[in-house]
Amino acid sequence: MRDVYVIGIGITSFTRLEYPLTEIACYPAMLAMKDCGLRTIEQVYVANMGGCRLNHQAGLASAVVDNLGLCPAGAETIENGPASGASAVKQAFLGVASGMYDVAMAIGAERMREVNNLEATEFVATLTHPMAEFLYGVTLPSLAGMFTRLYMDKYGVTSRHLAMVAKKNHDNALLNEFAHVREPITIEGILDSPEASTNNPFVADPLRYYDCCPVSDGGACLILASKEVAQKVKRPKVRLAGIGQATDTQAVMEREEPTDLLAVRRAAAKSMEMAGVKPKDVNVAELHDAFTILEIVESEECGFFKKGEGHKALEQGLTTLKGKLPINPSGGLKAKGHPVGATGVGQAHEIVHQLRGEAGKRQVAGAKVGFTCNFGGFGNNVVCMTFIRED
Amino acid sequence: MAVDVEKILRPVDNDFPPFPPKYMTLSNGDDLVIRQIGREEVPDVLKYVEPLLHVERDFYDIVAARVYSELLAYYRYRIQDEYVLVAQVNGELVAVVNGRFVNKDVGMSLHTLGLRRGLRIGAHAFATKMEYHIDVCGQKEVLIVAESPIGFRRWMIEYKLEKRFEVPHELGGCPSWALTKDLFDRARGTLVIGRRPVPEKAMQKAMEAILPPTDPPRKPIHPMAAARALYDQTGTAVMAQGWALEGRK
Repeated sequence: MRDVYVIGIGITSFTRLEYPLTEIACYPAMLAMKDCGLRTIEQVYVANMGGCRLNHQAGLASAVVDNLGLCPAGAETIENGPASGASAVKQAFLGVASGMYDVAMAIGAERMREVNNLEATEFVATLTHPMAEFLYGVTLPSLAGMFTRLYMDKYGVTSRHLAMVAKKNHDNALLNEFAHVREPITIEGILDSPEASTNNPFVADPLRYYDCCPVSDGGACLILASKEVAQKVKRPKVRLAGIGQATDTQAVMEREEPTDLLAVRRAAAKSMEMAGVKPKDVNVAELHDAFTILEIVESEECGFFKKGEGHKALEQGLTTLKGKLPINPSGGLKAKGHPVGATGVGQAHEIVHQLRGEAGKRQVAGAKVGFTCNFGGFGNNVVCMTFIRED
Repeated sequence: MAVDVEKILRPVDNDFPPFPPKYMTLSNGDDLVIRQIGREEVPDVLKYVEPLLHVERDFYDIVAARVYSELLAYYRYRIQDEYVLVAQVNGELVAVVNGRFVNKDVGMSLHTLGLRRGLRIGAHAFATKMEYHIDVCGQKEVLIVAESPIGFRRWMIEYKLEKRFEVPHELGGCPSWALTKDLFDRARGTLVIGRRPVPEKAMQKAMEAILPPTDPPRKPIHPMAAARALYDQTGTAVMAQGWALEGRK
């Protein structure tokens, strides 16, 4: 396989965007083309989960290439639940690595706020098992709530640890102009004050309001290219060095140990092995914290900390911007936002931004190796990516 | 004989007890103080409401226009039995709520205007307004309408308001909804919170001056503005044509 480089990146604000889905997909693509100065794209992959259901828009990739004036480039829409974004990057990677294309584009776009929060939650819940879960009213927050309770009982994670994740990521989002929730929070305000139960009510016990990501609109784009093309582009060289994907049972109850996220463990290991790095080599990571508990658990499953000790690392401040391994400097899904189909591309955008040294006030000093974990379903389809800066 | 027209035009307010100030801690750790203001402080509030008349977002324009006129009517004695509560954080004005008393038993909620978004500031201010009607003034119910979908979710849905559609609300004659004492009691401790007395320092800061909102709602900047300038959103590839004309690849 050929080496593959990220030569262009673009992103919209993750927020409520009152514009057509196609436009939300095109805008970051244009920024990415501007970023690298290339206008010729051979293949476009567009990640999207809800276009048909929420926006009455099918065949999004076809609309996007036309809007971007990229015809007759190839175009495909990729749907892989909340991991759609990283799956689109993976397809673009394979296209370039195989030699089929020299330049391929991966876009993620979602417009979820066209519907209300209840409909959005129900829409996301369609990725649960239709007979074993969805039929009984299971939603992603309820699955995450049950998972959190088990994890608390087994490993000693407390509501305070969850609140610490939320606070850290809210603090990071304050430094990210594209973040959805740019709102400072304090542990007192969401956990300790007499008003905390109103400020931060239970959503799915023990998960509270500030433990859950917002429903967002947004788009992000990466342009991948071969080494020959990358050398002509006057941008810092960031190589997509490893991709790992793994799956697990669709129904969470069928897992031997429901507190293990085996797909995360396997996908992360594959990705790092392909890149030739170890967890200790990673300088910055974007993990899929749709719920605060997931950041803690993924940080363990990815090998950054021992199983059951992610919350201790959090207590020690290891995952803050100035810590040993900053996690979610963008604010994560928790505060940057979670437009499901765009999230994986958005995570990669942040890591490339960091490795280029262009992240401004939230820059992780000296970052050379970055990592993303894009979590589909409730851990049933996970795509991890490892990026390396080459000087 | 000279007639003092002003005496005819000016309604006579009935006696209702003043609102005792309260406070609560927000999720960002700040203390929100909610207190009643008199006519002398209305001009300070008006100058911060006025810019919102031009914010075409989430019905801020219409709500701000109506609040402005209601506050002005209060200031100039052209409305009967109106009151105004302000919510402040370190003196900064973050919300204005107002209403009036139709009679001894029935209240009329007028508006809730958040000047800082998020943190449930508007929701807290609204709950406090209801507390004033039900607990402080002992009214049986408050008539309510919402101008925005956000208001509808916050009031009609969260409080499970009863329909009083046969009663036209003073805001545009829209069908009214009602918060009864029973519904209010059910919201205590969850939607209706806060503590008294307000710590002296916080109260002093609030009374010192009504400071301008630091992050008021603004008309959103079109995030696609750059893209729109370059290509036609209808799908014709103007952008590519432009590049072709420029001889770029």
